[in-house]
Amino acid sequence: MPNEVRDRVIAIIAEQAVLDVADVKPEATLEDLGIDSLGLVESIFAIEEAFDISVPFNANEPEQNAAFDISTVGSIIAAVEQLVVEQKA
Amino acid sequence: MKRVVITGAGTVNALAQDVAGTFAAFREGRSGIGELDIRDVERLSIRIGGQVKGWDPEAHFNRQQIVLFDRFTQFTLIAAKQAILQSGLNFDGHLGYEAGVVLGTAGGGVNTWDENYRAVYEEGKNRVHPFVVPKLMNNAAASHISMEFNLRGPSFTVATACASSNHAMGLAFQMIRGGSAKAIVTGGSESMLCFGGIKAWEGLRVMSKDACRPFSANRNGMVQGEGAAIFVFEDYEHAKARGADILAEVVGFAMTSDAADIVMPSKQGAARAIAGALKDAGLAGDQVGYINAHGTGTAANDKTECAAVADVFGHHADKLMISSTKSMHGHCIGGTGAVELLACILALREGVIAPTIGYEEPDPECALDVVPNVAREAKVDVVLSNAFAFGGLNAVLALRRI
Repeated sequence: MPNEVRDRVIAIIAEQAVLDVADVKPEATLEDLGIDSLGLVESIFAIEEAFDISVPFNANEPEQNAAFDISTVGSIIAAVEQLVVEQKA
Repeated sequence: MKRVVITGAGTVNALAQDVAGTFAAFREGRSGIGELDIRDVERLSIRIGGQVKGWDPEAHFNRQQIVLFDRFTQFTLIAAKQAILQSGLNFDGHLGYEAGVVLGTAGGGVNTWDENYRAVYEEGKNRVHPFVVPKLMNNAAASHISMEFNLRGPSFTVATACASSNHAMGLAFQMIRGGSAKAIVTGGSESMLCFGGIKAWEGLRVMSKDACRPFSANRNGMVQGEGAAIFVFEDYEHAKARGADILAEVVGFAMTSDAADIVMPSKQGAARAIAGALKDAGLAGDQVGYINAHGTGTAANDKTECAAVADVFGHHADKLMISSTKSMHGHCIGGTGAVELLACILALREGVIAPTIGYEEPDPECALDVVPNVAREAKVDVVLSNAFAFGGLNAVLALRRI
């Protein structure tokens, strides 16, 4: 299950960044991948649709958003895994 | 070139359903933002707004009118009636041919779209009311004003998202200045506080769930409002000849395009519009006492706007006052510049600067005098009103005390 979440999140981010999934590494930041604020909001929407979850994210306070850490691809995967557990329990 | 003055004002917004009540709320620093009372609100994650409460169409209009008037048109007509009454103008004779209507709205009859999509998609109906199209069209409000008051000159509606009203009023100003009309009924209106309207905004993730706190370090987004404000712009000589009470003079206008990003604002685009309005008015920066900010309460707008003001005004940026009344009436989208022009008139006419309420924490990126929380008495001679729209379209008006 966790691997499935990881693969799907990476696929969503890769599509947004127009990159091959193999080029989206967990340590990469969205900035590294060339994803801007609009791309981020679109990725979060795609994640919500893919996992049928609600992501608590306000574009006005991305740094303060403890509930959904967007600092790297890895942190996003971890946050999505957490939300899937919480919201699908 | 003709000089242009404002001789009438009217409004319906979350703070009040007239100008006097809106001025009182500005003086008190009162918020009109509260829990939304709309269908399916429980399916929204954003549940607050600057909603016009206690609105009773039947108190103003008959049944035949209500079936033709979307909520944005209703607000517009009542505000226009107040403005034209105050101006004392009668357009029944020859003046009607030299007067027009220029309005701004971003979405037009959004409630009408919402209700009728519901009917056909959710309720599965195969028939809608015959007047859906004339009710929802963006120019419906402008056309109904022209019919109600016999305005037979240049009349149209502009849609530039959150700058719609400022673009409309700027064009009205230019038309009178250039001599193509004696008077223009102008301003703007918006009413998109319905399920579909809010749901669309939720998607962008720029909305606050609790309050609009422009320029405050802990701001977390915009809050939508609704309403209209309508003004009578008139040729100064015409107004003077008939002894009209002049509320303010419109002295400059500029518009620019960022040509950069569909949602993110640009400091350069905003600064060029502000500087352009000053140049158009023949004013020096240090003559400006107050700026009604676009001030949406988003992270991006407020810091960009403050940086643009600092760029244009240099040291004088620290002396002028700048406030966002969106903290009180919410962001009225295509109508917002018009509602905010009321704060400019209050500043010029009565020497009262409307505050930025909800201000809690200074933000080093917004280090200007934002008139936090409490209205201030100050004599100002020149004011600006900023509007910076999604799509990078900027429109700034300059007004002077008369």
